Amino acid sequence: MARVAVPNDPLYQVLVKRGVSRRAFLKFSAAMAGALALPASYAPTIARAVAAAPRVPVIWLEGQDCAGNTEGFLRASHPSVAELVLDTLSVDYHETIMTASGAAAEAARAQTMRDYKDGYIVVVEGSIPLASDGIYCTIGGRTFKSIVEDVCRDALAVISVGSCAFDGGLPAAAGGPTGATGVARVVPDATLINLPGCPMNVQNLTATIVHYLTFGSFPATDTLGRPLFAYGQLIHDQCERRAHFEAGRFVMAWGDEGARKGYCLYKMGCKGPETYANCPTARFNDGASWPVKTGHGCVGCTMPNFWDQMSPFYRRLPTAPGFASDVNADAIGLGLVGAVAGLTAAHAVGSYVRKRRQGQEDGNGPGAAAESGPPTASPAVTSAPADDAAASAKGIQA
Amino acid sequence: MTRIAIDPITRIEGHLRIEVEIENGVVKDAWSSGTMFRGMELILKGRDPRDAWVFAQRACGVCTTVHALASVRAVESALDITVPKNARLIRNLIAGIQYVQDHVIHFYHLHALDWVDVVSALSADPRATAELAASISDWPTSSEAHYTAVQQKLKTFVDSGQLGPFANGYWGHPAYKLPPEANLMAVGHYLEALDWQRDVIRVHALLGGKNPHPQSYVVGGMAIGLDPNSPTALNARHLSEIAGLFATAKDFVDRVYIPDVLAVAGFYKDWAGIGQGIGNYLAYGDFPEDETGDPRGFYLPRGRILGRDLSTIHPVEHTGVSETVVHSWYEYPDGEASKHPWDGVTSPKYDGPTPPFESLEGHDKYSWLKAPRFEDEPMEVGPLARMLVAYGSGHADVKAAVDTVLASLGVGAEALFSTLGRIAARAIETQLLAARLPVWLAELEANLKSGDLAIADVTKWDPSSWPPDAQGWGMEEAPRGALGHWVVIKDQTIENYQLVVPSTWNGSPRDGQGRRGAWEEALIGTPVADPTMPVEVLRTVHSFDPCMACAVHVFDPAGGSSVEIRVL
Repeated sequence: MARVAVPNDPLYQVLVKRGVSRRAFLKFSAAMAGALALPASYAPTIARAVAAAPRVPVIWLEGQDCAGNTEGFLRASHPSVAELVLDTLSVDYHETIMTASGAAAEAARAQTMRDYKDGYIVVVEGSIPLASDGIYCTIGGRTFKSIVEDVCRDALAVISVGSCAFDGGLPAAAGGPTGATGVARVVPDATLINLPGCPMNVQNLTATIVHYLTFGSFPATDTLGRPLFAYGQLIHDQCERRAHFEAGRFVMAWGDEGARKGYCLYKMGCKGPETYANCPTARFNDGASWPVKTGHGCVGCTMPNFWDQMSPFYRRLPTAPGFASDVNADAIGLGLVGAVAGLTAAHAVGSYVRKRRQGQEDGNGPGAAAESGPPTASPAVTSAPADDAAASAKGIQA
Repeated sequence: MTRIAIDPITRIEGHLRIEVEIENGVVKDAWSSGTMFRGMELILKGRDPRDAWVFAQRACGVCTTVHALASVRAVESALDITVPKNARLIRNLIAGIQYVQDHVIHFYHLHALDWVDVVSALSADPRATAELAASISDWPTSSEAHYTAVQQKLKTFVDSGQLGPFANGYWGHPAYKLPPEANLMAVGHYLEALDWQRDVIRVHALLGGKNPHPQSYVVGGMAIGLDPNSPTALNARHLSEIAGLFATAKDFVDRVYIPDVLAVAGFYKDWAGIGQGIGNYLAYGDFPEDETGDPRGFYLPRGRILGRDLSTIHPVEHTGVSETVVHSWYEYPDGEASKHPWDGVTSPKYDGPTPPFESLEGHDKYSWLKAPRFEDEPMEVGPLARMLVAYGSGHADVKAAVDTVLASLGVGAEALFSTLGRIAARAIETQLLAARLPVWLAELEANLKSGDLAIADVTKWDPSSWPPDAQGWGMEEAPRGALGHWVVIKDQTIENYQLVVPSTWNGSPRDGQGRRGAWEEALIGTPVADPTMPVEVLRTVHSFDPCMACAVHVFDPAGGSSVEIRVL
């Protein structure tokens, strides 16, 4: 076991003064090293970085959101939300939890931007509506778009949390009238990392922040700007039900014997073979569970435009010949978009929107502006088959 | 006359702007404006009705899970599906713990800072604080050492000069009445509640995979497998863990939350005469305790109160609901005055001021919230409405709890119609549900023991079994009040989908007859000592626990022409 900081470490004295217990301190450092897949010897380095004074200011902006990521943040453990808010960070602006309202709230934000120019972290939750000059979301009489542009300009770094801030999310799904989009498109020059998910897993957020504080940079990302430590593997490849997939044992109906025995949910529409995320290993609520564990398929919420690309949620992914290997699992993913070109009306909606969005956002995908780390196997949502799908489906939508 | 705008209203979910006119230190008029729109109802059109709950749940991540339940109920209503007993009970467990956790978060983390002066806590005597805490509860942290540590932590925090979420509060405002020791006690419980809320909501993860946005609903029941003896289903170990979390939840409610509410309320009894509101209360009722679907079998009853008359509980049918958009940023293409949700239209048409703007004054339409009405009357919904309807219905548990609280505070039933009444009703309801959860869990365990492992009715899972045309509604009591989803299904896809949510009722703008919504009306008469620090306005608005992503906006077009506008 590598050395971790001990109670006579001056750093620990700082933490004690802030009210952090030794146990919490050790747990925190070890948990962060683990989440980032770093050797345990990094724990003291991490601890030193997060204990630095002044605490790093955070401005948390909410646009077209449901506060689901904020609630996820409140579920943080190791460190707990109290430790994050009071000991590690200085959450100077966050509408859901801050005391001040109205002009006093906006003044707090302005002061942080002034006092910590180029030194604060921005977290963005919720999409940014661009249609009709941005009037679909205003705060303090200003459009959310103008606030995001303003606040991100002098930020140290920007983190988009949740699928809405990633690429527009639900408000950008087919039929959405507000021109919703993600952070990358609004502030293309920002140092941005994306943590999609509906909501994101707070463990990934804390690990990302800690990485930044420790090393002065974000962790390596894929081409969509998502950190590899959290989004580098298919859910299918980490799934506790994978053995049942290999053996051809599937849940065939809700509540059947297979459901009780924990069989694979592929035939009930699970999007795990198509989705990159660490849900099976990180789990939610302090490691308690994740959706597949409690019997429902993955809906693919960490993937681009998942509300249209991954729905209908109960339609199984296209069958690949003899699905029984990693290769075929990936092939299923590659085949999805083409197969989604099916001619049902529900599919047509998604296809229509893909067409529309590609027209609007050509070259401005959610990852376009992110600091990219080493490219990884890119998710299997590609544009070429979608065009065909849209072409065949457009008439139905109209 | 001074007109002020408070935007953003913080410590709520979503984006709310409140404008009020103040005359002689009292609010004379108010406008509530929801300033964000997403278009959920438009996005749902054309989709698979079985998918709707996944979308609809994202109406709100604070009151997570509630829209999922309303949605599956609406589709099950349309397709005439009755869910199995196990599914009914598991849904009650998920919804019930949501109430308990959400109400406690509201009190400590969203509302308390309107009543608790954090800075004053620095001057408290930790020993006296421990004595105060011990005098109202036998909660184990009531020690001098504990409160010395809490105060030291707070002092270090303040001395750092980085006040984080406590920056720019209206600290030192004369409306704060608690002694320093009560403030320190509340700060201590604020921190304890942060850990508690994270722990107890693990119930959602055990039953639904995660929180927020649990993911185990399906049309027809639930997806989770049930088998007390299976390692891969909801088994005896999970049930035992849930029982433990329920005990943890109830313990904190009984020994911390309830005593704190009573203690704080004792210093603010004048708020039992402020924030009365419109006096009409609507509750759909919820927590079915049998398989009939009959509201008479609900733990919390359905009903309606008009003009604060608790002696008559009026009936509620979903057909009584309609929405108008006269003062909302929408249009009804056919020019109709109001529409039932099955015929509802969501057609945005913004004609407010061009951002950046200082005031909504002079704009006839002023909110992204529609104005729901019940048989043409504005209504208040939420914990107070539920407790009043139950009280008027002679509900034994509610009557006993309400009477106990009233006696403890030495006030009469009329005190319930107020800002303080809303806080008390929320606490009473939390205590009742925390006590009810173990009953439902025991019922689930007994049913599983009897060999009934059914969790979903899948006979209508295949859309080919559906009629070509179907319509349904799902009514629910969300923590913030009466929630309804209405769905019209045609050829196996969603033809129309409308949500009428609690904060749309409460945050409603004026209707065609100029009648205010619940927040607007409740603000009338609220004293404001200093218009630059309107903490009193926040108290009344927060007493409703606004939730704007689901619905928000209030404002009045009749303001005078020579008012001063100040954006606060």
